[in-house]
Formats: sequence, structure tokens, C-alpha cells
Amino acid sequence: MERLRSAADLAALKARIRQQPRRRLTTLCLCDTGCRALGSVPVREALLKEFAARPELAATLRFQRTGCHGFCEAGPLLAVRPQGILYVRVKAEDVPEIVQATLKGEVVDRLLYVDPATKQPVRLERDVPFYRNQTRLVFRHCGQVDPESIEDYLALDGYEGLAKALAEMTPDQVIAEVTASGLRGRGGAGFPTGRKWQLCRASAGDTKYLICNADEGDPGAFMDRGVCEGDPHAILEGMLVGAYAIGCNHGYIYCRAEYPIAIQHLTTAIADAEALGLLGDNILGSHFSFHLKIKQGAGAFVCGEETALIASIEGRRGMPRTRPPFPAQAGLFGKPTNINNVETFACVPPIITQGASHFASMGTERSKGTKIFALAGKVKNTGLVEIPMGATLRQIVFDIGGGIPKDRQFKAAQMGGPSGGCVPAQYLDLPIDYDSLQEVGAIMGSGGLIVVDEDTCMVELARYFLDFVQSESCGKCVPCRVGTRRMLEILTRITKGQGKEGDVDLLEEIGRTVKVGSLCGLGQTAPNPVLSTIRYFRNEYEAHVRDKRCPARVCRDLVTYRIDPEKCIACGKCKKACPAEAVEGERKVKHRILQDKCVRCGACFEACPVDAVLVA
Amino acid sequence: MHPALMEVLARHGTDRSDLIPILQDAQAAIGYLPKDVMADIARHLNVPEAAVFGVASFYAQFYFEAQGKHRVRVCRGTACHVRGSAQVRRLIESKLKVKEGQTTPDLLFTYETVACVGCCALSPVMMVDDKYFGRLTPEQADAVIDDYMRQARAEEPNGTTALGR
Repeated sequence: MERLRSAADLAALKARIRQQPRRRLTTLCLCDTGCRALGSVPVREALLKEFAARPELAATLRFQRTGCHGFCEAGPLLAVRPQGILYVRVKAEDVPEIVQATLKGEVVDRLLYVDPATKQPVRLERDVPFYRNQTRLVFRHCGQVDPESIEDYLALDGYEGLAKALAEMTPDQVIAEVTASGLRGRGGAGFPTGRKWQLCRASAGDTKYLICNADEGDPGAFMDRGVCEGDPHAILEGMLVGAYAIGCNHGYIYCRAEYPIAIQHLTTAIADAEALGLLGDNILGSHFSFHLKIKQGAGAFVCGEETALIASIEGRRGMPRTRPPFPAQAGLFGKPTNINNVETFACVPPIITQGASHFASMGTERSKGTKIFALAGKVKNTGLVEIPMGATLRQIVFDIGGGIPKDRQFKAAQMGGPSGGCVPAQYLDLPIDYDSLQEVGAIMGSGGLIVVDEDTCMVELARYFLDFVQSESCGKCVPCRVGTRRMLEILTRITKGQGKEGDVDLLEEIGRTVKVGSLCGLGQTAPNPVLSTIRYFRNEYEAHVRDKRCPARVCRDLVTYRIDPEKCIACGKCKKACPAEAVEGERKVKHRILQDKCVRCGACFEACPVDAVLVA
Repeated sequence: MHPALMEVLARHGTDRSDLIPILQDAQAAIGYLPKDVMADIARHLNVPEAAVFGVASFYAQFYFEAQGKHRVRVCRGTACHVRGSAQVRRLIESKLKVKEGQTTPDLLFTYETVACVGCCALSPVMMVDDKYFGRLTPEQADAVIDDYMRQARAEEPNGTTALGR
């Protein structure tokens, strides 16, 4: 393809691509990123084989690999477009049948999603409850385009925002538009993006850097991965618009090495954009030049913090430093630097093409637009969910998520990962935005949303998060390094049944100190999961400390397994499953658990066919 | 100098910001970062050896000892945690007789846990090299490891399955 020298060149190319005969074919869109873990690779191979064996298919059908469709629970996912039919849990052997049915204009009913409420198969993707209640803005291309095809992106609204910004807007107008949209940073802190850009633009200096933070490290969050893998050009376009507005000629995408598919797709996207002249010197014939590189993270959670991330790109230990100076004044290599998160950049192109007012029409007064949540844990429909700000937790967990498996009780949602807190059931109807979450002790964070039910121990959950931040603490400042370790020790002894009177108060006291005394966001938020679980579930802590009892029956040292002789059918399954030879009895002799040998692994509980193993 | 390192250094500049990419590529080529390799990298960048070792030891990605042929990574992320990754971990630890971070004596497996591999919807998740295994039970994890062990035996020149060829 030739380099594009003007907005008119781009428009002409887009028109040519849209005219391609294959754009009018029925397309089988297979999620080939996240669904790989569920077996999409054999499905892809079966599709390629089918198309190779039947060349006549090419006249009516085509196969396209796409990024994440979001509905991970039901993967591997295959959508037939433009009809919009969605097939779930597709296997390689289903492929010939899907192809044949699609050719005849029919639907393979057995592969449709069955709505658990109506027990009816749902034919169209948009009618599946999981999708019906979403507003897909950032995700509008994911599952539609081949992430490694710039043509697919251009066939839609791709790079129109860039063209519009360069041709019709001054940098100040771009910043004004982003400011008017009300976009706030999606990485967690929620700083207004327009103001951030303005601060960096106003900094003195000829060389400025733009960085995309794709070091998504919060356990439980995977939306940035979804965007990088599924629609990498949207990130590039958002960065280009930002670079133009701020006056940056060089940029980096800092992506964690644990996301190899994301790195591959971003690498392809950069090469393709460079070949077309959408990256490089004099973009679209303008005076604006922008060069973009990928830097791979090397496995340090703290590098999601912006000053640590900058140190890492510079080739140093990824440790945060004191601010000021802020990166907008002195960042990468000492130059003014602007850092935004993946999802933030992906919001930018639609703000430019559709206007700030469209974006600002969604959301609440102080939080505009949509937000992607990574819905996981004890919920039926796990996956990536995009909703307007201000939707309620109930809408996410029940309308989209389908509720809790096995009809158990919703207990809380842990929001914002290890920096966040839990939102208990009494706030199910709270409209979710940056500010409302802060008020109840959680944070938006990156958008991780882990649902926990009555079988989850809140003390153990808090201990888990503390364990995570304690091991990821870089060790530079004392409150974080020592404080998180002391808190972890206290939590560990509580979950082992060795908690002491006063431990919960001590946890709160240390937690408050770590929050105010730590240097960076990691330490300042590390105590949140502990403090918020104490706030809402203090009784669980007290049950562990005073009664040496784990109400959720999770903490291994605090539970006992016992066999109900009334229910036991003496089948021997638990005895066989027990790794510690702690089950007594044989066939036709009722079983009994020897408490001194029991290692409390729960194997007998899982093995029993008649629920005779009791946990207390 | 290690011949693989020479190739790596030829691809990179001598700026301090090249250090982490060099370490990443050197490890990819050699399998881990031996001391003399880090010393050579320090000379290439004209920085103290301590600076190279300091950076390498900060990041979880870098290894200073030979690693197993297959890397088994069990996710201990939140979602995996609440859906039973601990049982999977216990199974792997007892089956391979290793602790976290260790390599089996036959250099077949290195076992690690990771904070989150980013596919929480499929929890609990285990990765072997670049392959994901989702919604795991301990029994399934057991079968996965068995598969790799069988495959390794088949590939051995004196392995039973290779004899007939």
C-alpha cells in the first residue's frame, strides 16, 4: 500500500476498502485471543481446513479471526456477521455444520446461547442478556475486526478521528473537546484527561513524550488486554490524537510481557500504520510527526505506577519517586511526559469523531462515558462488560452477569483490585462512578470486579490481597515495605486461628498509617481491601479472632470435616480420595474422619456423592 | 563471550534504556542470565555490573539459574483463588516434588505461581509455556502434567516409543 499524503488520500483508501467484494460476504468471526484458553485454536484450524477444502465457499462466506467478544464464560465464541448470530462453546467438530447452515441461511440451534430465565435459545448476539444490557463504545470494534488487519479498522471509522483532528482542529481545540467530553483516566485515579494533556502541553520544552500504560497488573482486571488484543489501532489512533494535542513526537506503549498476543497485535498495528504513513514523519501530509515503540514490562506490578514505569523504560529498577516534579514537568529522560491508560486512549477517537457531547451524554454528572469492567469470581456470566457510568452493581452482577451460580447469596463485590475495596450487598443499587465508589470505601481502579458469595471468607480475601501487595511492594519506602508485612503477619495469624484480641484495631491503625505515609499509589491504596472488609464485615474478623471460627468455612485451620452417619452410604469414594488416610471404614461400614490425621484438603467433601461430608 | 549474547548485543544500542530489552533477549536466547553474561552486558553498556544485576534482580521475569524445559505457571489471581487454585497448586507441588520457583532435577518443569494471567473468567487457570488450561480441577491439572511427561519420554532418543523407528 502507498503512503497516505493527505486526509483525502485516507478517505479515498477507505472508500476503496469498503468497496472490496469480501466486505459484502457473510463473515464467520471467531474470537481467537482470550478464547484460546477455551480451545479456539482447534476451531480456527477446522475453519481454515474447511475453507481450504471447499474453494467454492469463498464466493459467499469468509472466515475472520477477531479479538475478544467479551462473553468469556461461553467461549469459544463464533459470531456470524452481518446477521449477528452468536454461537457459544463452539468445538472444531461443529465447524462443518456451522458452515453448511450459514450457506443455507439457517441457524444451528444447538449451539445458541440458552437464556436461563426463559430456557429458550437466543439467536442474535444483541438479544443475549449479557450483551443486551451493555453499551459498547470502547469495545465497538472488538469481535468485529481482525486485530491484525489495518484494512478492517479502516473499513469502519478507523483513523477518522486522527484525520479530523489534523485537518480541522488546532491542538487546543482537541484538548478543549476532550475536556468537554468529561473523560477521566481509566487507569484508576480518574484524573481528567483533558486537563492532564493541557498541563503537559503547557510545560516548556521541545521534546515531549507520550506513554500508553498497558502494564495491566491488577489481579482480576483484563480489559486493557481485551482492547490491545482486539482493537490495537484504536489505541494507536487515540495516542496519535493525544500526541498531536500535547505536542509529542515520540511515544511508547509499555505493555506487560505476560500479554504476548497483545504485544504481537500492537507490533503488527504499528508496522501497518507506519507503512501507510499514519505513524512516522509528516502524518497525512501535515507537519505532525509521531514515532511509536513498544517497551515490554519485565514482571513488576509497581511499574503500573507512572514514575516507576518511566524508570523502567529508562532501564532502571522500577521504583517510584517523589512528586513533584510531576511527569508532565519532568518525566521520561527528564522531559515533559504524559501517561494515559489503554482504555483512556481508546475512548479518544470516538470523542473526536462523534463529538464531546455524545460521550458526555453517557454517564453521571462527574463521570462521563462508559467503563469496562472485568467481571469474574462467583458470577454466572464472566467476561468483559462495558456499561455507561452510573449503572448499578445490580445491573452488572445480575442483569449482565446473570447472578450467582447455584443460587447462592451475593455477599460483596471486590472492586478495583488490590487497591480497591469491597462493596457489600446493601449498595447493590448504588450508581457506580468514580466518586460514589470512593464514598463507600472502594475505588473504580482499573475496573476489576470480583463477585464473592457467602462461601468466600472476607478475612482470607483481604489476606490474599495483602499478600499480593506485600510481595509486589518495591521496598523503597518504610510504611509500605514494613507496614504491609506487619499487616500480612496479623492477617495470616487471624486466618490460622491465632488471632489476638486487639488485632483488628491494630490492623486499622497500621492500615491508616500505610495509607498516609507511603510514597506511591501502591502503598497509599494497599490497605484498602483490609480496611473495607473490616468496615463491612467486622463480625467475620471477630469470629476468627474470638471464636476461632471461619463463618464461610474457608480458612483451613478453622474448619473440621465430619461424616454424617445418617447420610453415609459407605461407598468408599471419600476414603479413596483422601490423601492422608484419614478416612476410616470400608465398604458397607459407615465412614468416619480421623481428626488427627485430617489435613482439611476437602477432597472427601468433593468426592462424596450424597453430600454426607459436613464442614463446620 | 557467549556467542548468543554477541548476536543479541549486535541488535541493540548502548544506551542505558537498552538494558532491559537486552536482558530480555539474552534470556530468551540463553534460557537464563548467567553471571558472566550480565558482566558482558555491563561492559557493553558501560555501566557497573551492580547496575545490571540490580535491574535484573528487581524484575520477576529474570532468572539466574537454568530453567526447566516447560514452565508451569499456576495463577493465584483473585478469581482463581476463589475458584480453587490452591488445590491445583497443591497437586502440582506434590506431583512434581518442587516448591514455587524450583525446577525438577530432570530440567523438564519449572514451577511458578503468577499473580494473574489475565483470563479470570476461565479460573482457575494454569499455563504450561504459552498454553492456557482453564476451568481446571486438580485431576485435569494432573492429566496435563502427565501428557507433558509422556511427550518428553517419547522424544527421548532411548525412549520406549522411539525404539521402533
